[in-house]
Amino acid sequence: MADNDNVSGVEIQLDHVTKRYSGSREPAVKDVTMTIPAGKIVILVGPSGCGKTTTMRMINRLIEPTSGTITIGGEDALRLNADELRRKIGYAIQQAGLFPHFTVAQNIAVVPGLLGWDRKRIEQRVDEMMDLVGLDPAQFRTRYPRQLSGGQQQRVGVARALAADPPVLLMDEPFGAVDPITRGNLQDELLRLQTDLRKTIVFVTHDFDEAVKLGDKIAVLGEASTIMQYDTPEAILANPANDTVAGFVGAGASLKQLTLLRVRDVNYNDDALTAVSEDTSPAQLRSRMTEAGKTYALVLDGRRRPQRWVHVRDLSTAASLAAVGRPVGDLVSTQSTLQDALEAILAEGGNAVVTGTRGEYVGTIDIRTVTDTIQQIREEHETGSAAS
Amino acid sequence: MNLFAYIADRWDRLSLQALLHVSEVVQSTVIAAIAGVLIGVAVYRSPIGSAVATALASTILTIPSFALLGLLIPVFGLGATPTVIALVLYALLPITRNTIVGLAGVDPAVTDAAKGIGMNRLGVLTRVELRLAWPAILAGMRVATQMLMGIAVIAAYAKGPGLGGEVFSGLTRAGSANATNQALAGTLGVVVLALLLEGVYFLIARLTVSRGIRG
Ligand SMILES: Nc1ncnc2c1ncn2[C@@H]1O[C@H](COP(=O)(O)OP(=O)(O)O)[C@@H](O)[C@H]1O
Ligand SMILES: [Mg+2]
Repeated sequence: MADNDNVSGVEIQLDHVTKRYSGSREPAVKDVTMTIPAGKIVILVGPSGCGKTTTMRMINRLIEPTSGTITIGGEDALRLNADELRRKIGYAIQQAGLFPHFTVAQNIAVVPGLLGWDRKRIEQRVDEMMDLVGLDPAQFRTRYPRQLSGGQQQRVGVARALAADPPVLLMDEPFGAVDPITRGNLQDELLRLQTDLRKTIVFVTHDFDEAVKLGDKIAVLGEASTIMQYDTPEAILANPANDTVAGFVGAGASLKQLTLLRVRDVNYNDDALTAVSEDTSPAQLRSRMTEAGKTYALVLDGRRRPQRWVHVRDLSTAASLAAVGRPVGDLVSTQSTLQDALEAILAEGGNAVVTGTRGEYVGTIDIRTVTDTIQQIREEHETGSAAS
Repeated sequence: MNLFAYIADRWDRLSLQALLHVSEVVQSTVIAAIAGVLIGVAVYRSPIGSAVATALASTILTIPSFALLGLLIPVFGLGATPTVIALVLYALLPITRNTIVGLAGVDPAVTDAAKGIGMNRLGVLTRVELRLAWPAILAGMRVATQMLMGIAVIAAYAKGPGLGGEVFSGLTRAGSANATNQALAGTLGVVVLALLLEGVYFLIARLTVSRGIRG
């Protein structure tokens, strides 16, 4: 894959890892083997109590495995000093777990301090991290955690986890305790950060939608962390491995799939009849439309940006193309998700105009394109899994 | 002679006794704080250990101070030693109990995060847990100090230093000249000193409790 340069993360390997808590007969995690690829976000998702947290906490040895081996970047994690290991693994949890008696800056500075960085370097790093997570250092450096909103605390938690630039980041339901809007923003920001950082991120959640949004790969876990399916979100949505996974994926798998695809990935039409208003007279357009056998045409402005739809019968009375027809409503760009496209198609009542990066007309998309695409993915993943 | 004239007249002796009184109370509190925090740290993770430590410390507090001194004098003789031992024992309960409560009250998410980012056991205890439990520990020390100011008066029974001597001799000489003044001066001294120490505790809290956790 071309995107393997610049990866700062390392591969994590769990090999036949089992955890049995003292006093319980059944293991909380039973014989889990999985490879977490370097520089990817891997989501552990599953019902509450299935062992996600236990699995994740064995990676930084907050919980010691009963048996099995864990390798991080080729090194046997169980052979290292646990405290030193943890300084190289970022750790962010649900309630943020900030030190309430430390300021924001002091919280972020803890791991660099433990690693013995000099004062100057720590100070710079703290500011850098605050910028990275979108907190103005001048305003927030000396605040205490209780003077922050839940979302801001979570940002500090992420900044603290990343401060020493660890190759691996473990996140246990980090956005579980914030309101849905803030959660959405934090998720977007994590994705933005990750495009530059390229860490190996292990992210625990019980929210499948969050898993679909964030994951490069998703491990759907069952009882005792048994891996029911470990694949890309697309593949899991298109073809759940079994009924349990299907149940967990929930209703509306096809709709969720639409959030993963972008308009540029599908074959939208580019055969609409277009005319630039300044260059074309109504009569000219009318004859072109009759020639092409089309009843509708799209009028563009001088920079080829979509303006209005005109019906052929509007043209007989019009003096210029500047004012006839019905204004184009919702536009979609090639960057939009298919979900946005579907929304626009429904709002427009037929098809939606697709624009390029500068807002110029590039085509139209209709509901057939959307349904065909889903159909096609489903078939691909079915033949794909049948072959393997 | 009225009370004020009496105090002015005996100022040298009274102020020396006051100093000794404060000194023995403060020293006993500090010793009890060190012991109480160590005990608290040793037991707070275990509910049984916590219960036993608290129960033992409570039991000590139920022993009347006269009786406790009476038991200590045959072993340690008269003077400062039995007094300080008795005071330390009485101060243990509030400090140990508050240490346990304070440490147990630390948000588990915070200690988990501390461990998770690579603080070692001692670091978690000294930089996080004890820092967060500190307001509670300090409150325990304050209660202990207040209590000891009164109990130290009784220590005069063991011929210990402090204002207790004034109170006792004033009371035993009841009826003779200045007896009432002597007892009152001693009592008043204890009250004034207790108030002063309250102020000191307030200052210590201001200076040592992080603004992030101040109530
Ligand atoms: N410290 C512990 N001691 C004993 N059992 C535990 C402990 N932590 C978790 N468990 C048990 O292990 C199972 C998995 O827990 P956990 O990993 O926290 O699940 P999840 O994160 O998926 O909700 C649960 O049945 C839980 O009760
Ligand atoms: Mg969990």
